[in-house]
Amino acid sequence: MSAAVQGRAGGRRIRPFDWRHNPGFGFFTALIMLFLYVPLVVLVVFSFNANHFVTVWTGFSLHWFVRVAHNGDIRHAAYISVIVGVMATICSTMIAIAAALGFERGGSFRGETSAMGLVMMPLVVPEIVTAITTLIFFSSIGFHYGVLNLVIAHTVFCIPFAMLPIQARLRAIGTGYEDAARDLYGDEWRIFLRITLPLMVPGIMAGSILAFVTSLDDFLISFMVSSAGSTTLPVYVYGMMRLGVTPEVNAISAILLVISAALALVAFLISRPNEAGAAAGGTVAATTN
Amino acid sequence: MLHMAALKTSTDGDRARMASVALSDADRPVTRMVPQPDPLRHLIEVVQVEKIFGDPTNGHKALEAINVSIEEKEFFTLLGPSGCGKTTLLRMIAGFEHPTTGEIRLQGRDVASLPPRTRPVNMVFQNYALFPHLTVAQNVAFGLEMLNWKKPDIAARVNETLALVKLDTFRQRKPAQLSGGQQQRVALARALAPRPQVLLLDEPLSALDLKLRREMQFELKRLQRETGITFVLVTHDQEEALAMSDRLAVMNTGRIQQIGTPEEIYDNPANRFVADFIGEANLIPGAALGRNASVVIAVRPERVALASPDMPARLRGVVDSATFLGSDTLMEVTVPSGRVRARIRGAARLAPGTEVGLAWPADAERELAD
Ligand SMILES: Nc1ncnc2c1ncn2[C@@H]1O[C@H](COP(=O)(O)OP(=O)(O)O)[C@@H](O)[C@H]1O
Ligand SMILES: [Mg+2]
Repeated sequence: MSAAVQGRAGGRRIRPFDWRHNPGFGFFTALIMLFLYVPLVVLVVFSFNANHFVTVWTGFSLHWFVRVAHNGDIRHAAYISVIVGVMATICSTMIAIAAALGFERGGSFRGETSAMGLVMMPLVVPEIVTAITTLIFFSSIGFHYGVLNLVIAHTVFCIPFAMLPIQARLRAIGTGYEDAARDLYGDEWRIFLRITLPLMVPGIMAGSILAFVTSLDDFLISFMVSSAGSTTLPVYVYGMMRLGVTPEVNAISAILLVISAALALVAFLISRPNEAGAAAGGTVAATTN
Repeated sequence: MLHMAALKTSTDGDRARMASVALSDADRPVTRMVPQPDPLRHLIEVVQVEKIFGDPTNGHKALEAINVSIEEKEFFTLLGPSGCGKTTLLRMIAGFEHPTTGEIRLQGRDVASLPPRTRPVNMVFQNYALFPHLTVAQNVAFGLEMLNWKKPDIAARVNETLALVKLDTFRQRKPAQLSGGQQQRVALARALAPRPQVLLLDEPLSALDLKLRREMQFELKRLQRETGITFVLVTHDQEEALAMSDRLAVMNTGRIQQIGTPEEIYDNPANRFVADFIGEANLIPGAALGRNASVVIAVRPERVALASPDMPARLRGVVDSATFLGSDTLMEVTVPSGRVRARIRGAARLAPGTEVGLAWPADAERELAD
């Protein structure tokens, strides 16, 4: 008590605890950033290397990108990746929309928490486990349809990524608009089409982009599930590396990196909490008090 | 309007009744199928309603023994402090909540368990809940589209309603591009467009600043007069309730304390809560005036005067403060039982500490059970 009084009398303001002012914090942060991003920068830089080496810089060139563009196998793998990505995105987003509506608008139901846990499972189960079980599952039922196997496997693990932003969006818009539409004689189906769905669009966009990026980047599951004609790009790159690393690998990686980062950025910008949509959220009951 | 009537009714008797009301719009051919409204039948009847949130046996009792009847073309207000259950009651009339026990009747039909879209009742939500992705005109048209009105009818009605709320020039704007007052008008237009029997308003003015609030009070009265629709308003502002209502219900802790016209409630408060909540009242213990100790005497400050030869003092006390307000002087007087406020006409510059006698005519006091 007296110390506090003295402190004030001495004109000293007692600063609240601020973790940013811990000694070494800035240095530590910089170190982490360095570990995270230097390898990426090196990878991208050497994709422009004029020589064969992935560690010795000899000059600037787009040679490796040209090589990539002319490699028919890479083009085919990229094509498979995109096909699988688009199909899995469409399927997982539609399932995610239904699931998010069920969780956010279906009222509470028995086993809601367990159901949520099951949907989110792919986020926590080690990917190698998912990959092996998926492989065993397909073999045991004799399901061997190349790209279709990939699409099914990708759809499953993309669902939680698609669902999270959609669910967050539904929660943010609240039930107030739907209540207003109900009051204005809307039936549930038309309310969904005219009110809920349009307001969900930013969440759906963000969710589908995340799903697509997740599918595009996946290696382990694709590696297990893909067959001769259905190799995705990451799996193909892995195959190339076993034959010796050339900057061609850097070039493909750089392309994948840029596409993934750009899409993730778009998803982030879309799903950022913004203007009117979320502003009047909350249920009517909650906001009228 | 015909569409709405057809959509909203299930029995043939009701359909005929509603169609007759629905068709009373001047711009449509009128075929009156049914005679005069039944004078014994109220537009809205809330009968012995109780609402318990959560577990029915030990959940939170939000409303208890609610009985209200609201008439056609009436401006009715639910007034009470925050948390007393006004919104819950309003949401029950709209159909968003269902009573735990009791009935809600619309034109004699029990609608307690029917969903909102089957009730010819529209609501202006406190936060307006305007659809952010639709323009003003699309917002107003929404209810009409849901009622399957024909396109030209919708366009005409949207124009008419936007003109009614003086927003004709804002049709193509999005709600986010409007001021709070304009958004409120859109919310009103959207709720009025389908020509409901009842318009429900949940604290519609509380988000507006004082000047705009005064303006909107007049606006709401005008809209109610021009449309002839029953308005049920929820507010915690007693001045607003007194100024606007034909009748009001004063609520506290989930119960209705008193129902009546503003004059009745102001002049004859039913109990201590009402006397205290509506306007200002001095609540003087009966014992201090030589009455039964179990009663409280309520006297409005404006009825209290300084004692004079023809009005002997009922209480004596010492002036605490005297504030000249122009036409009146507001005096605070300390008396043995506490403090009394008096609003005395004209200037009465009495220095603090002066001893005064306070008097009032017999008809100014109300005896309330404590
Ligand atoms: N959905 C709900 N679940 C549980 N309690 C509720 C719910 N809605 C309202 N209540 C409670 O019921 C009481 C009355 O609320 P409300 O009708 O909103 O009051 P008012 O509108 O008069 O401020 C409050 O105590 C509130 O907490
Ligand atoms: Mg309320």
